Amino acid sequence: MVSIQTALAAFKRSPLLSALSITTIAFSLFAFGLFGLVALNIRDALQRVEERVEIRAFVADGTPIEQITAASDEIAKYPEVLKVEIVTQDQALARARKELGEFSDVFDGQFLPSSLDVKLKAGFRDPKTVRKVVDRVKGYDFVDDVRYGEEWIAQLYRLRNIAGAAGIALGLAFAAVAIIIIGATIRMAVLARSREISIMRLVGATDGFIRRPFLIEGSIKGVLGGLLALVLTYLAMRVLDQYLHFQTAFFDRRLATLGVVFGALMGLLGSAVSVGRHLRRV
Amino acid sequence: MVRFQKVTKIYPRAAGGAAALRDVTFGVAKGEFVFLTGPSGAGKSTILKLLYMDERPSSGEVRVSGFSSRDVKRREIPELRRKLGIIFQDFQLLEDRTAEGNVAFALEVIGTPKSAIPNKVSRALTQVGLASKARAYPGELSGGEQQRVAFARALVNDPFVLIADEPTGNLDERATRGIFQLLREVNAAGTAVLMATHNLELVRSSDYRCIELNHGEIVFDSAEVPAISVEMD
Repeated sequence: MVSIQTALAAFKRSPLLSALSITTIAFSLFAFGLFGLVALNIRDALQRVEERVEIRAFVADGTPIEQITAASDEIAKYPEVLKVEIVTQDQALARARKELGEFSDVFDGQFLPSSLDVKLKAGFRDPKTVRKVVDRVKGYDFVDDVRYGEEWIAQLYRLRNIAGAAGIALGLAFAAVAIIIIGATIRMAVLARSREISIMRLVGATDGFIRRPFLIEGSIKGVLGGLLALVLTYLAMRVLDQYLHFQTAFFDRRLATLGVVFGALMGLLGSAVSVGRHLRRV
Repeated sequence: MVRFQKVTKIYPRAAGGAAALRDVTFGVAKGEFVFLTGPSGAGKSTILKLLYMDERPSSGEVRVSGFSSRDVKRREIPELRRKLGIIFQDFQLLEDRTAEGNVAFALEVIGTPKSAIPNKVSRALTQVGLASKARAYPGELSGGEQQRVAFARALVNDPFVLIADEPTGNLDERATRGIFQLLREVNAAGTAVLMATHNLELVRSSDYRCIELNHGEIVFDSAEVPAISVEMD
């Protein structure tokens, strides 16, 4: 209780310094948030593209429909498979006509092979799993050829991995900057109260007692900085939407809470390091 | 109660690595009053810092009320300090707290129940004769009065030993006499006092034990004089 009062008193005692630290925390988290938003939207876009990943197994002419149906039922039972669709020669022609409308009169007769179109479940659309399923489908001797846009899938995943790695690296860098900034502002607060701290130690206050208000102060700054950053990120997104006509997604409640908690943790860590260093030195 | 056994203290960063204390051995009995004298840099403050375990000896052992410098843990030191009262030449008061606020501070930070604080504070301030200025800020008090506030803060936890580092160094003669009188009263009530001072007049005006230091060594201890004189007889 005394710790919370002391922590709040610190805000009252130096409102300018407190506002300054909250703003710096907010800006570093804002940068973090902007990047997070980009990553989130890339992920969403990739997910939409990924949903179109499809394996198409072309069936040899003259294969009895019963055999195809039996194979289709078997494939549908693979754990990776979402659904299997049998596309007959007629259906293939109709689809080609529809997709390539201007050439529709070129298509005539049953020259397109029938196929099994296999859709995979989410989480099983990575190149390795796709290839595994393709190999099993190839095992049917009536299957002539299997197409699944191998290169395209590999590219997609490479892009996603690069985006993920860049997100983590930049995120860590921004987090480190934020922790250092919080540490520095708490350090200023510690130095401003160094006389008080030395008296506290002389009269027998424990390190934990001395540390607690600073940790609370750091966490509060982190939370406030996190909330401010959330508002700034939201405003930035609205501006982008308005002028660039992006359809961007914003953090859901869980991610937003996580961001603020992350801010609090950074505040806690920054102040713990700062106070710890001071207490070890005196 | 307090025991220094062959204590040597070397500050690693000191010029030339000279020892601040060399092979110092002495003890302070319960309720004893001891002056520590000697020129600046003789090691008086080092002895006091070792006593409240702000420093650890380079060799030898310091024992204070059951705590030994050899095995005391960092987290046990606050416990020791709660049994000590410490006052300094520069008072070490918080400027933004009143006299009673400064005394109460010593109780707040060790978790004394809130309801018990006002009584203890007013008793300590009365003991040092400053009850009428409880609401004054340090800036509104004279040097002597500020030292009395520091005194009250040191006494409020009923210490068994009072450590005073040049407590009269910044005070005029009148205030010095007042503070010294307070120290005598506290001692008469049973609290041991260890006082570092330059003020030889003060030392001579009483018959308390006096330990004189020079270059980190004890060059004179009045407690040992009678023993020597007996031998000479």
